[in-house]
Amino acid sequence: MSNEIILDAKNVKKYFPIKKGLLLRHVGDVKAVDDVTLTVRKGESLGLVGESGCGKSTLGRTLIRLYDPTAGSIQFKGEDFVALKGEALRLKRKNIQMIFQDPYASLDPRMTIGQILRQPFEIHNILEPSQRDKKVVELLETVGLKASHINRYPHEFSGGQRQRICIARAIALEPELIICDEPVSALDVSIQAQILNLLKDLQKKFNLTYIFISHDLSVIEHFCDRVAVMYLGKIVEIGSRDELFKSPQHPYTQALLAAIPRIGEGKKKIKKSLTGEVPSPINPPSGCAFHPRCSQKIDICSKKLPQLAGSNGHQKACWLYESETP
Amino acid sequence: MRFWDGVSVSTQSVIQVKNLETTFFMKSGPFRAVNNISYEIGQGKTLGIVGESGCGKSVTSFSLMQLIERPGKITNGQVILNGKDLLKLSEDEMQTVRGGEMAMIFQEPMTALNPVLTIGYQIDEQILRHKKVSPQEAKERSIEMLKLVGIPSPEDRYSNYPHQLSGGMRQRAMIAMALSCNPSFLIADEPTTALDVTIQAQILELIQTIQEKLNMTVQFITHDLGVISEISDDVLVMYGGQACEKASTVEIFNNPKHPYTAALIKSRPTLGHRVQKLTTIEGTVPAPHELPKGCPFVNRCSRAKSECKDNRPPFIEVQPAHFVACFNPV
Ligand SMILES: Nc1ncnc2c1ncn2[C@@H]1O[C@H](COP(=O)(O)OP(=O)(O)OP(=O)(O)O)[C@@H](O)[C@H]1O
Ligand SMILES: Nc1ncnc2c1ncn2[C@@H]1O[C@H](COP(=O)(O)OP(=O)(O)OP(=O)(O)O)[C@@H](O)[C@H]1O
Ligand SMILES: [Mg+2]
Ligand SMILES: [Mg+2]
Repeated sequence: MSNEIILDAKNVKKYFPIKKGLLLRHVGDVKAVDDVTLTVRKGESLGLVGESGCGKSTLGRTLIRLYDPTAGSIQFKGEDFVALKGEALRLKRKNIQMIFQDPYASLDPRMTIGQILRQPFEIHNILEPSQRDKKVVELLETVGLKASHINRYPHEFSGGQRQRICIARAIALEPELIICDEPVSALDVSIQAQILNLLKDLQKKFNLTYIFISHDLSVIEHFCDRVAVMYLGKIVEIGSRDELFKSPQHPYTQALLAAIPRIGEGKKKIKKSLTGEVPSPINPPSGCAFHPRCSQKIDICSKKLPQLAGSNGHQKACWLYESETP
Repeated sequence: MRFWDGVSVSTQSVIQVKNLETTFFMKSGPFRAVNNISYEIGQGKTLGIVGESGCGKSVTSFSLMQLIERPGKITNGQVILNGKDLLKLSEDEMQTVRGGEMAMIFQEPMTALNPVLTIGYQIDEQILRHKKVSPQEAKERSIEMLKLVGIPSPEDRYSNYPHQLSGGMRQRAMIAMALSCNPSFLIADEPTTALDVTIQAQILELIQTIQEKLNMTVQFITHDLGVISEISDDVLVMYGGQACEKASTVEIFNNPKHPYTAALIKSRPTLGHRVQKLTTIEGTVPAPHELPKGCPFVNRCSRAKSECKDNRPPFIEVQPAHFVACFNPV
């Protein structure tokens, strides 16, 4: 990992307007991503965790401009990424790819594996057509599939094999940054390990940078160098993996870690670490959005929004640590 | 060493499954989704069942409930609940067992919930079918159940339709329905797989609390080794429709005998025990029609011997209460 910053996002917001009635009046917004500031360094794996609906996928998609941000700035390798349009955006996007959770839905069932993997080269008009098949075979071998698979259709593959095809497609144009959105959640445990090892090997080989989205904290701990914890559209804590897992500071991170079932210790009395439901991103609670479920809340929590603060790259947005910040 | 035929009768067992076999008669030929499985669960105990997608966990549960539909059929075995052989009951008789003595929480809540009826109506109906109570009493009981599973303002939620609840709440409404008639045996089929860890912990705590209160026996299915480890007294590991190992939870995790169990545990990243590379099980689960004649795991097994290809290893007790189907155990 170097110190070169590959992605620099400042105050990024992504709101989805809610429209109602015949006139489609704008009645409110789903604040899926609400003021996120974050940097990603070249060659690292940054984990993004949090409960379902907290905005992980939306943030991932906004960072690579599959969605236009509602507000904020994003720089990719020092260049303003939000301002890019048309051809310039298309060219830049080649450098950034995404792998999705559902390897079933993300491959066109009517195309052969060869057609699927040739497509990126056709779209960007890269390589002589005669060279493309050779490259496709190379890609298949890189992800652990066989050259003989080239004329088969997606339904002839297992879930794990399909995820390998998606990975082959993602690395085809030698991107620098890959967003992995729950890449192993839909797979069996024994297949998950294969895919995680493959992603790691590729990272070494091509010096890839990953943003790795998952709500499986054991997978995150295994895979990532740094971890950002999201709650209701905001990052509430971010730090190196070791810091975050050894000394989680935000009460939400603490509750999340406490809820992970531990293997091999035998039956025990399970105690919930959090009560209540995730609040709605349409009407987030006042102040710190976590305060209605927080067991350590103090007066100010419901009144004022805490900002991310802290030293050595370990930051949290929580009033309990307010005195630490200058 | 004694051969396991599943017939060791224990008076405390609430449920005994003996040599269960369920076959799907497909156009391409018949295949056994559940192949000669035997186990029993003592009163108030939890048996966890783990295994990869497609290994037959749900078909086993559906077989116990007798919810197998064509082209599937239970082709052999016995399912004995509180001393009665359920496979000998008529469908009418079975209907009084289902949702009464034996209830099931489904992988997908909408399997159990009807989208056009309110939550309250559906729970009432179940209570009225199994208990001699007035509609008013049934309603009171339904609301009490919704409250018990932690649904806020249960009186209001009672008249909600399933789509008006969040995923986690729907799951809890289904649990309320499953538990509404105090079943002595509960089957939970991946009740928390679609949920977050924090909601998952709420639901597991709930099932445990009710289990203790009612001394309920539970069969808990998941492919999450962490969940299995925390909730089960004993664990049954399945592969390719067959039982490959069964032991107490602590024993399974600390002293696995079947190469599949051992590899499965190692392939999972464990919090606080970081490794450079995860151990993998090479290859993929064979499709049902490609299952080998011998051990179903033979093609992926690093310890396979020549006899594993042609012969099916018997399910043997290698240590007290530790059963394994393997010619070359770890
Ligand atoms: N296209 C959209 N239109 C409107 N609302 C959306 C859209 N996409 C996401 N949302 C909402 O934004 C919020 C964040 O969703 P997102 O999918 O980013 O969450 P997530 O953290 O990825 O959750 P999960 O773990 O379930 O994948 C949710 O409330 C979701 O309902
Ligand atoms: N109605 C059906 N018709 C034909 N085959 C079926 C049917 N239901 C299940 N099967 C097959 O039976 C086998 C066992 O399926 P089952 O649903 O029990 O798996 P499972 O262990 O519950 O998997 P998962 O973890 O994915 O839920 C699979 O090969 C499946 O394809
Ligand atoms: Mg998502
Ligand atoms: Mg199932």
